[in-house]
Amino acid sequence: MKEPVIEIQNLSKSYGESRAVNQLNLTITRGEIFGLLGPNGAGKSTTILMLLGLSEPDSGTVKVLDIHSTRQPIQVKRRVGYLPDDVGFYEDRTGWENLMLTARLNRVPEREAKIRAEQLLQEVGLIDAAHKKAGAYSRGMRQRLGLADVLIKGPEIIILDEPTLGIDPKGMNELLELIQRLSREQGLTVLLSSHHLHQVQQICDRVGLFVNGRLLAEGDVPSLSHKLFGDDLIPVTAELDACNAELLEQLRAIDGVAQVATTMQEDSQGVTLQADCTEDRSAAIASAIVHAGAQLFRLERKQYGLDEIYQRYFAGGEDHGQLQYAEHTG
Amino acid sequence: MANSSTQSIQDNERSAMARIRSLFSSGDSSRDGSSSPLVVLIRKEMTDHVRSWRFIVLLGIIMLTCLASLYTALNSIQEAIRADESENSFIFLKLFTVSDGTLPSFIGFVGFLGPLLGIGLGFDAINSERNKGTLSRIMAQPVHRDDLLNAKFIASLTVIGLMFLTLGFLVTGLGILMIGIPPTFEEFLRVLCFLAVTVFYVGFWLNLSIVCSVRFRQPATSALSCIAVWLFFSFFYDMLLSLLARSLAPNAAATADQMLRYQEGMLWLSRLSPYSLFNEATTTLLMPSVRTLGPITVEQAHGAIASPLPLGQSLLLVWPHLTGLAAATLLCFAASYMMFMRQEIRGRS
Repeated sequence: MKEPVIEIQNLSKSYGESRAVNQLNLTITRGEIFGLLGPNGAGKSTTILMLLGLSEPDSGTVKVLDIHSTRQPIQVKRRVGYLPDDVGFYEDRTGWENLMLTARLNRVPEREAKIRAEQLLQEVGLIDAAHKKAGAYSRGMRQRLGLADVLIKGPEIIILDEPTLGIDPKGMNELLELIQRLSREQGLTVLLSSHHLHQVQQICDRVGLFVNGRLLAEGDVPSLSHKLFGDDLIPVTAELDACNAELLEQLRAIDGVAQVATTMQEDSQGVTLQADCTEDRSAAIASAIVHAGAQLFRLERKQYGLDEIYQRYFAGGEDHGQLQYAEHTG
Repeated sequence: MANSSTQSIQDNERSAMARIRSLFSSGDSSRDGSSSPLVVLIRKEMTDHVRSWRFIVLLGIIMLTCLASLYTALNSIQEAIRADESENSFIFLKLFTVSDGTLPSFIGFVGFLGPLLGIGLGFDAINSERNKGTLSRIMAQPVHRDDLLNAKFIASLTVIGLMFLTLGFLVTGLGILMIGIPPTFEEFLRVLCFLAVTVFYVGFWLNLSIVCSVRFRQPATSALSCIAVWLFFSFFYDMLLSLLARSLAPNAAATADQMLRYQEGMLWLSRLSPYSLFNEATTTLLMPSVRTLGPITVEQAHGAIASPLPLGQSLLLVWPHLTGLAAATLLCFAASYMMFMRQEIRGRS
């Protein structure tokens, strides 16, 4: 069993009427990269602030590295690095000076701090800009400096709130690779919040889906889609030139195919056929069609990835309960 | 044996040298990295202040006015000495208090511009950190939340204190050069007390502006509201009081008791303003001939010898003023502390 480093139990927090975090339970183990995925205003940042003891929960407990965050925030903050969304630096100080300030606040000995700052700046590719004022840094450079800033205290866990917000795709990929590499090299636990699915999918070991202050599901992406869409039928769509009743019967007879429906295409040059399967039966469907002598133009099995997860849960974020209900009945 | 003892002496020397060196190299004083976060923050704030244009401009203004007031004082000091018939006339202190009427005196200038300095150093203390997004970054370090506020306050007050001490000594030094009379020890102590009161007074305005910086998200709003309070107390409060005094004035047939009560009431009202507290306190400290700050009856004055008060008695006279200023400062600080501790540490919004 891996050692849990972040344990959240029954955590709740509300601002006035609205519940930002609602009965949250989450455990993150050492060395993993966990993605907290959710639309804006889902309560991700609030959860992170409570992890660091910067915000007080209404109820529930947060333990980071076996330390109670609400009661002993200083101990937690000594061992956890946090990169806020839209991080700011003292703009009339250089990147180097900003890093050294953080190191001093963490009581890193001066000589060691200098070595570390140099190493980290090298690592994030800012060594040439180290003595430029932070105000002149671009957005991507600031995020990379932020990453160095988080790492200079030598943390065991790093928490990154929307680290890729507002960076161009190339910079985003570089940053994500950097995070992944550093985490693997130094055995860091990373908690990353985002509303970009693809980047999360790219580097995270596990993902937690966060909507309206609640964790809907957690796990790696395949198991997540299995969990979320396990009961649903897999639709297989085929385009062919013509379809007769005999072929339909054959298709219906395939074990695992629940129902088959056809629609004429608008230009009446072919037929679109949709078979809903309980398991993946696309190969059997294809061979049945070909054996029946029909011409198969296209065959597609729908695959549930994060996109569908996003569609289902985030697009209708406000009333996803209703949405889910509609889908199950319809 | 002898060898080892010389060895240990050498070691001692080396460590002593290292300690001395660490005292002088500002950046490296945290030899073992153990200087507390508060000290680190204070040092950072002080360098920020000293490097900032804002501080240089404020310093320039105040220094120029100080020199100007010194000049007018030098112009009129001869007449002032001639007009003063008392034996012990504290000539040196006149440098700070007299003027030829074209420009206010040193204490007038300090009373007027000191608040501006306090406001200037404090009005964006917290909200600029918030707007720049550095607040959450600093708070994510192992730092107590109040450390930041304390550091801001201590650093600004230190800078202000050093600045007024420097200015005071500058004026003293120039004065010695110009009039050729060194201050007596008592005069020197009085100048020191005056500077201490000034720092207290500016500290009040500094804290007021820190309150505004916690309360208002926009530095401009915060600065404007502080300046509004400053203008109110420097100009309008006195006008309001004189309006009130006219309407409340007892008629000619009033008894002495009524008159006294009225006068004391008006004095009490005027002392609600930090500006008049400061004025009364500094005047008493720099003019030893001021013997009382309230109305006195002829009976009370009867038999009093018209001589200057010793320093201890002057201090006793202004002690309530100092307490009042300190209390106002503490109130403001407590308010900003409470508000800041309850605020959310969020991004820039």
